[in-house]
Amino acid sequence: MNNTAKPKIVCRDIFKIFGKTPAKALELAARGVSRADILSQTGNVVALRDISFEMAAGETFVIMGLSGSGKSTLIRHFNRLVEPTSGSITVDGEDIVAMGKARLREFRRRKVSMVFQNFGLLPHRTVLDNVAYGLLMQGRPKAEQRERAAYWISQVGLAGYEGHYPRQLSGGMKQRVGLARALAGEAEILLMDEAFSALDPLIRGEMQEQLASLQKELGKTVVFITHDPDEAMLLGDRIAILREGSIQQIGTPEQILLEPANDYIARFVKSVNRARFLTAGQVMISFPVLAEKGLTREAACAAMADSNVDHVFVTRDGALAGVLTKDALQESSKGTGGIHVTTSCKTSMPLEQVTPLIARSSLPVAVVDLEGRVVGGLTRAVTLRSIGELTARSSA
Amino acid sequence: MFPELFDTRSFREAIDRSADWVVTNWGATIEAAFSPLLRGLVLLEQGLLWLPWYVLIGAVCGISFLITRNVKLPLGVGILLFLIGAVGFWDDCVRTIALMLAATLVSLAIGIPFGIAMSLSLTVRTIMRPLLDIMQTMPSFVYLIPAVMLLGPGKVPALLATVIYAVAPVMRLTDLGIRQVDPDVVEAVTSFGAGDWQKLIHAQLPLALPTIMAGINQTMMMALSMVVIASMIGAGGLGYQVLQGIGRLEVSRGLLAGLSIVALAIVFDRIAQAYGRRMQTSLHMNDE
Repeated sequence: MNNTAKPKIVCRDIFKIFGKTPAKALELAARGVSRADILSQTGNVVALRDISFEMAAGETFVIMGLSGSGKSTLIRHFNRLVEPTSGSITVDGEDIVAMGKARLREFRRRKVSMVFQNFGLLPHRTVLDNVAYGLLMQGRPKAEQRERAAYWISQVGLAGYEGHYPRQLSGGMKQRVGLARALAGEAEILLMDEAFSALDPLIRGEMQEQLASLQKELGKTVVFITHDPDEAMLLGDRIAILREGSIQQIGTPEQILLEPANDYIARFVKSVNRARFLTAGQVMISFPVLAEKGLTREAACAAMADSNVDHVFVTRDGALAGVLTKDALQESSKGTGGIHVTTSCKTSMPLEQVTPLIARSSLPVAVVDLEGRVVGGLTRAVTLRSIGELTARSSA
Repeated sequence: MFPELFDTRSFREAIDRSADWVVTNWGATIEAAFSPLLRGLVLLEQGLLWLPWYVLIGAVCGISFLITRNVKLPLGVGILLFLIGAVGFWDDCVRTIALMLAATLVSLAIGIPFGIAMSLSLTVRTIMRPLLDIMQTMPSFVYLIPAVMLLGPGKVPALLATVIYAVAPVMRLTDLGIRQVDPDVVEAVTSFGAGDWQKLIHAQLPLALPTIMAGINQTMMMALSMVVIASMIGAGGLGYQVLQGIGRLEVSRGLLAGLSIVALAIVFDRIAQAYGRRMQTSLHMNDE
C-alpha cells in the first residue's frame, strides 16, 4: 500500500436515510440524534451516518459489521445501486454521485464489478454466458467474449462446466461463476457483498484462499463485506467496523486486534484466533544483540542490565550464533563460554507457527528480518501473553 | 319507488345520439381501420381450413410431443380432435380455433406490453387494475352493441369482444411475473451496466416467462369461453352450432357442440400447461 499515491475511492460525509422525509431525519442525524430516536420521531431509518474514508488503489478494504449495520447499503454506494442521501463519493477523482444515467452505465461496465451473496446469476443462461455477461455489456465482439469468459472460468477452477446451467452447480461453484463474471470485465474495482457468507465453511476457506491468490496477481481495489471477523482479518489490508450505520474504527487487522477502539470492537473480534493473525514481528520484544567478536562478560552483563532482560543474542558475521543467558554468565567465568544455540523465525511468521518452536526450547526464539538480521526475540511468557491478551481484556 | 333525481331520459338520449353521430360520421373510417384485422383473421381461418384434417391433427400432436417428449399427451390430444371431427363439427372446430388463436395473439400483443408497463409504473398499475376488473365483469353484450353498430355483425366485433374479455389474465400475470423476479438477479444485471431495456430482455422477461405462460393459458381458455357469444354476432364456429341447437330445440346438436368446445379447451389447456411446466423446470433457480 502506498500512502502517498492518490486514493482510488474517497467517501466524504455519506449519510443514507431510508424513509419518506429524509431531509428532516438527515438534519437530526447530523446533529447526532440516535437511530432509535430518529425512527420514533420521523419514521425514517438512518442506514449510514457520517461515513468518510479513503481507499488506496490495490488495497483490500474490508467492511465488517453485523446484519443491520448498513454494510450492504454502504457497498452499494460504490456503484450507485443505492444513492446517498448526502455526501460525496469520488472514484479516481470523478464524482460518481453527479454522474448522469449514461455515464453511470459506462462506469458500471468498465470500472467496477460486483459479486453478490446470493450469486445473482441468470438461471436461463449457461456458465459461459453468465461469465461473459459483463463483456457483453462492454460491447466486445462475440468471439472475444467467449474466449475471455472461458479463460476466467478456468482461472476459478470451473473448466469443463462452460455449458452447464447455474441450477446444476453447487453453491460454491455458483459463487466461482459469480467471481469469474466479476473478474472477466477487468474492472479495477471489485465489490464483494458477503460473497462467501452463504457457503459452507470448507468451501468458504477455499474461496478465501483463491481470492487472496488471485488478488496477489491482479492487484485490484477490493471492497469486501463480511460479518465474519476471521475472514476480515485474513483478507483485509484494512478493516472498517460498522455499527448502526457509523464507522467505529478503521485500521489494519493488527490494529483492530491489538488496539480495539472500544468494547464493542473488542467483543466483536474476541473469537478471532489471534495466533493465526498476529505475527512474530508484531509481538516480539527487543533483546540486546551483541557481536561475538570482542564479546566480554562485562559487556554482556551491562547490556542485560540496561535493557532489564535476562538474555542477549549473539551474532557471528551478522548472522545469529546463539543466545547467552544470565544464568550461563554467572556460572562460567569466561565471557563466551555459555552461548547456546537457539532457533529463529521470520518476522512475518504467524504466532500459530511460532508456538511449536517456543514449546521445544526453554530459550528465547530469535526473530529475524528478511535479510537475516536479528531484530527481536520471543520468550514463552511474551508469546503466551500476547495470545491471551484479548481474552483477558474482554473478560476484565 | 326510488326518487327520480334527474331526467335520465335526456341523459340517455344524449349518449345514444353521440353514438349515432360517431357511427354516421366515423363508421367508414373505423371499419377501414379494422379491415387489416379482418383480413388477417380470414386468412388464418382459410389457411387452417385449407389444410387436410389429418395434417392439422398431426401438427397439433407433433407440437405436444415436442413439448412433453412423451406419447401420452399427443395421443389424448389426437383422439379428442378426431372425435370432434367424427361427430361432424370439423369445419366449425377449425373456425373456432382460428378465432381463438387470433384473439389470443391480439390479446398478447396488447396484454404483454401493458403488463410490462404495469409492473414498472405504479401509476399505470393503479389506472389499469379497475379497468381490467370492468373489462372482465361487464356483460359483453354491453360493448357488443356499439361494436356491432360500428362494424356490423361479423368476425371483427366478435374478435374485439373476445379480446376485451380475454386480455386481462395475460396482462395481470405479466405484471405479477415481472414483479416477482428475484431482485438479486435484476440487481446483478444492473451492476454490470444494463439499461432498463436490457434489464427487461436479459432478466425480467425470461425469468417471468413461466408466470406469463400461465397468463397466456388463461387467456386462451377465456377466449374459448367467448365463442358462443361471438357466434351470436356472426363469428360462426362451434358456438354457432350451440345457437342452432337452442333455436331448433335440438338437444343433441347443442350437447355435442358443447362437448366439442370442452374437448378443444382440454386440448389447448393441456398443451399450454405442459409447455409452462417445461419452461419452469428449465428455468428454475432453486438449488438442485
